[in-house]
Amino acid sequence: MRNKKTLASICAAVLLIGALTGCAPAETKEPTGNETGTDGVSGRITVNGSTSVQPLAEELAKAFKDKNPNATIDIQGGGSGVGIKSAADGVVDIGMSSRDLKPEEKSLKEFKIAVDGIAVIVNPANEIQGLSMEQIFKIYTGEITDWKEVGGKEGRITVVTREEGSGTRGAFIELTKVESKSEGDRTVASAITQGSTGAVITTVAGDPNAIGYASFGSVKENTDIKLISVDGKACTEENIYAGEYKISRPFLMLTQAEPTGLAKAFLDFILSEEGQTVVSGHNYLKAVK
Amino acid sequence: MKAYERVIQLVLFISAIIAVLGVILISYFIISEGYPVIRKVGLLDFLSGIRWAPTQGVYGVYPMIAGSLLVTIGALVLGVPIGIGCAIFLAELAKPRIAGILKPGIELLAGIPSVIYGLYGLAVIVPFIRKVFNNQGFSVLAGSIVLAVMILPTIINVSESAIRSVPKDYKEASLSLGSSHWQSIKNVIVPAARSGITAAVILGMGRAIGETMAVIMIVGNSPLVPESILSPVRTLTGNIGIEMGYAGGEHQKALFATGIVLFVFIMMLNIAANLIPKKAGE
Repeated sequence: MRNKKTLASICAAVLLIGALTGCAPAETKEPTGNETGTDGVSGRITVNGSTSVQPLAEELAKAFKDKNPNATIDIQGGGSGVGIKSAADGVVDIGMSSRDLKPEEKSLKEFKIAVDGIAVIVNPANEIQGLSMEQIFKIYTGEITDWKEVGGKEGRITVVTREEGSGTRGAFIELTKVESKSEGDRTVASAITQGSTGAVITTVAGDPNAIGYASFGSVKENTDIKLISVDGKACTEENIYAGEYKISRPFLMLTQAEPTGLAKAFLDFILSEEGQTVVSGHNYLKAVK
Repeated sequence: MKAYERVIQLVLFISAIIAVLGVILISYFIISEGYPVIRKVGLLDFLSGIRWAPTQGVYGVYPMIAGSLLVTIGALVLGVPIGIGCAIFLAELAKPRIAGILKPGIELLAGIPSVIYGLYGLAVIVPFIRKVFNNQGFSVLAGSIVLAVMILPTIINVSESAIRSVPKDYKEASLSLGSSHWQSIKNVIVPAARSGITAAVILGMGRAIGETMAVIMIVGNSPLVPESILSPVRTLTGNIGIEMGYAGGEHQKALFATGIVLFVFIMMLNIAANLIPKKAGE
């Protein structure tokens, strides 16, 4: 009889501890301030559009929420087209796009939040200083397989790419037209696939015949690899901001009309120094140099 | 006193249940996540499809199945003879002083984290193959060499204890019939220990097929059916490991489906290992 009692009290204690620890975080999460109090702005906005901008937008929203715990920012994907249309129709508060607006879309208010530049990298021992967009396209689709076909020393090209689903790969194949609407991603199947920027850099740094790509922010100061020019334009911050360097794209946030309330607060935060630090922290270039 | 005993018994029972529960929960989770994709694509198309293009909704894991098997077979071809040779040496020939140096060395080999093996492969084996064969270096061969070293401790330890568990009478009988030490090893001791040695090989195979990190770093991860041992290749584990980071929606589920295939492979190996008779000489 006593044994059972002991057991019962142990069980009860365990349950009680579980219940208490389970409740504690929930209690602290209760809202404490009012709308204009010390906790900043509150409310709820929806954002959708480019899946390339999405991860950065989520990071920005997280940083924004740290300062404004009562604000809720719902971020969804859908693609740049969806983002532009949704913003124009007023379905969402903010649309996201990773391409420039076409003339007929210019009625939207646009905010450039970051610039995504992708550097094409080769081994420092490679004589090649630059390639054309077409040559890069042909290398990545497997049409050109030897460096001598593009004016280099004879040697089979080791094509290095990122894994499917990576934002850098998505941007690269879109901008170099390796991805087409009808045929999808045409990256040559024998390409060495690496799961991180670091692995791509290591591969290119170790193989004199390798070509790879990585976000500009992550390789601009790396001397183990060589950044080559594209269509005669060097991969530099100046050329990317000027739009001369072709493998780059803007990250835009779009609103139907002049933003107000939470949408304005969020956009102001993104363009503030703090928001832009988040941008460069994720290896994108700041909106303005 | 009895209550105390009972509590201990209960705690031990719960520990045992947690281990089994872990297997059940993980199996359930992987299957429930991955099965929808297999059903959508069709089991046969999923297993025999040679194109893996998840962002376009094309899921064929045949290249990865071929990749895993090739890399593993390569590792066994390189690792099994060395492992068994080492086990025979340790069990039958090594003087205690030499065994005292070798054993801790082998144990240390088992303790090296797989990412270190990968780093070594990336820094030494891949450039070596690149230089010798004048290709990209990342290849089935690179993976097999590194995995061969990684499975050595498993093969050596299990085969050595199998050889040691052969009754002394066998060896003595063989020697008294006039055979030399080597003849006894070759014709009596090793055959008597063959079930244990087979188990060692199967366990090593399981280790090789399940290895992820080191393999990702050195095989190139190209999702295509390898033409030769010098081709880059992607394994089942590598497929999950490399794409999980950014995969969402159906793509992620397809990676779980890859996990199901891997799971079935490992399960078959475990069943095979359990089917082998345990006692020496049988």
